[in-house]
Amino acid sequence: MTLKLTSLTKRYGAATALSGVSFSVSAGERVALLGHNGAGKSTLMKIVLGLIPFDGGEVSVLGVTPGSAVARTGVAYLPENVAFHPALTGEEQIRLFLSLRGENPGQARALLERVGLHEAAGRRIGSYSKGMRQRVGLAQALIGHPRLLVLDEPTSGLDPVSRRDFYALLDGLAAEGAAILLSSHALTEVEARTDRIVILSGGHLVATGALETLRRQAGLPVVLLVTPVSGQAMAVAAGLPGSRIAGDKVVLTVPPDDKLSELARITALGTIIADVDLVPPSLEDIYSHFSRRDGQ
Amino acid sequence: MTRILALSLAEFRIGLRNRWLAIAVGLMVLFSLVLSAAGSGATGTLGADRLSVTVASLTSLSVYLVPLMALLMSFDAIAGEVERGTLPLILTYPVARAQILAGKALAHLVILTLALTAGYGAAGLVAILVDPQAAQGLPALVRLILSSVALGATFLGLGYALSALSRRPSGAAGLAVGLWLVAVVLYDLALLAVVVADNGGTFTTQVFPLTLLGNPADAFRLYNLAASQATAAAAGVAAAAQSVPVWQSLTSILIWPALAFGAALLTFRKVVP
Repeated sequence: MTLKLTSLTKRYGAATALSGVSFSVSAGERVALLGHNGAGKSTLMKIVLGLIPFDGGEVSVLGVTPGSAVARTGVAYLPENVAFHPALTGEEQIRLFLSLRGENPGQARALLERVGLHEAAGRRIGSYSKGMRQRVGLAQALIGHPRLLVLDEPTSGLDPVSRRDFYALLDGLAAEGAAILLSSHALTEVEARTDRIVILSGGHLVATGALETLRRQAGLPVVLLVTPVSGQAMAVAAGLPGSRIAGDKVVLTVPPDDKLSELARITALGTIIADVDLVPPSLEDIYSHFSRRDGQ
Repeated sequence: MTRILALSLAEFRIGLRNRWLAIAVGLMVLFSLVLSAAGSGATGTLGADRLSVTVASLTSLSVYLVPLMALLMSFDAIAGEVERGTLPLILTYPVARAQILAGKALAHLVILTLALTAGYGAAGLVAILVDPQAAQGLPALVRLILSSVALGATFLGLGYALSALSRRPSGAAGLAVGLWLVAVVLYDLALLAVVVADNGGTFTTQVFPLTLLGNPADAFRLYNLAASQATAAAAGVAAAAQSVPVWQSLTSILIWPALAFGAALLTFRKVVP
C-alpha cells in the first residue's frame, strides 16, 4: 500500500480539522479527494507530505513516516495555487528542483516540453499566466519517478485542452505504477479520470469507493426523458403516472431500482414514443448527497 | 553539497536580477572612495601609512554598512518564501532546512564578499597609487575584508532568524531595522552613558570590555583597530581596544556567525508551512 491513513485526527486548538479518517491508495490507483472548502483536504495533504504534525491515528507513506527522507524522495507535491520566485525563469526553476531531487538539471527543457511550456522556458516566471505557473508546478511534480503524487487542485487555471493533456499525463504515471491522490472542484473531470473517490465533510470521511458504488449507495433517483411523437405529449404523460411535461418532453423521476420497470412501461406505450434518454445522477448530485448528510 | 550549490545558484541569480549585487558593490565602492578621500587630509603627522589610516576609516564604515546590507539581504529570506507560498513545496523536497539556509547564506555571502572586495579593494588601490608606502597596510586591509565578511555572516544569520520569527516580510523588515539600530547605534550609546556615569569605576575596567566583546559590531571594531597600526588614527573605542587582547575580539568575531546561524536554524525549524 503506497499510502495508508488509519483513524487520522488533526486538531487546531479546539477545532477538529480531521477526525478518524481512514483510507488507502495503492500503487497505480488514482484517487480523488472531494470536499467543501474547509473540509480538511489541504490539511490531509499537508499531513501526508509531513509538512504539519497530526494528533491521532497513523499515517504510512511508502511504508514509512510522512516527511522522512525516504518519503520525501518518493513523493511529489503540487500545491494549490503553486508559486515560484518571479525573478527566475521556468527553466532555472525546474533545474533547481531537478538538482534538489538529485537528478540531472539538463532534463529541464524536456520536462517543460512535456507540460507544453517549452516556448516560455527562458522567460521569467513573473511574466507567466496562472495556467503557465500551474504547468511549471506540474513539471516539477513529474521529476524523477515519484511513487506517490499529491496534487492539490491540479487543474485549476488550466483550459479544457490542457486539462485533458494533464489527465493523459496522470494516466501514464498511474500505468507506470504511481499512486495518485488529487483534490478537485471540477467534479465532471474527476468522474471520468479517477478510479476511486473519497469525500470529506467537516473533517469526517463520509464516503469512499468507485463512482458506481457511491451511486448505488446514494440511491439517488434516475431521470427518464421521454420524447413523444409530435402532438402526443399529453397522451404520453397520461400513460405515465407521476410524470410531468417540460417543453416537448415528458420527464419521469424514478428510484434507481424502478428504472427497468419504468422503461418497460414506457416501451409498452408503443408508437407514440419517439425516444427515451436516461440521465443518471451526476457526481455533483452524489457529492452533495454525501456531504450534506453530515449536517453541512 | 550539490543541493546547497543549486539553491545558492538560484539565490545568487535572484540577487543579480533584483540588482542586489549592483547596489551592494556600487554602495561599497562609493562609500570607500569618499571615505578614503576625506580621511586623507590629516594623515601626514600621525606616522601611520596611508592605507592603515584608510583601514581605520573603513572599519567605521563596515560597522554601520555591513550589518545593514546583511540584514537587508536576509530579512526576506524565509518570510518572503512564506508570503509567496513557495515554502511548502520546497519543504516537501528531499532537502534539509539547514541546507536551504546554507544555500541562501552562501549566495548572500558571495554577494557581500564581492561588494567588500570591490569597495575596499578600490580604496586600497587608490591609497597605494598615491603613497607607495601604503603597501605596508595591505595585511590590515585583508584582515578588514575577512572580518567584515564574518560580521556580515553574523547579521545574515540574525536576519534569517528574524525572518523566520516574524513570517511576514514587513514584520521582518521592521525587526531587522530595530536590530540594526540597537546593535550598531544604541548599544554603544548606552555603554557610553554608563561609562560616563561610572566615572572609571569597576564597570569601566571589568565589565565594559566584556560588553564590547559581546556585541559583534563592537568586537569587529576592536579587532580591526587593535590588530592594525591604525589605533592612533581612530577615535571612540580606541582606548578600549588596547585593553582587550586581539585573540579575544577575534574569537568573538568567529563565534558570532555560528551563534547567529544556530539561532536562524532553530527558528526556521519552528516554522510550520
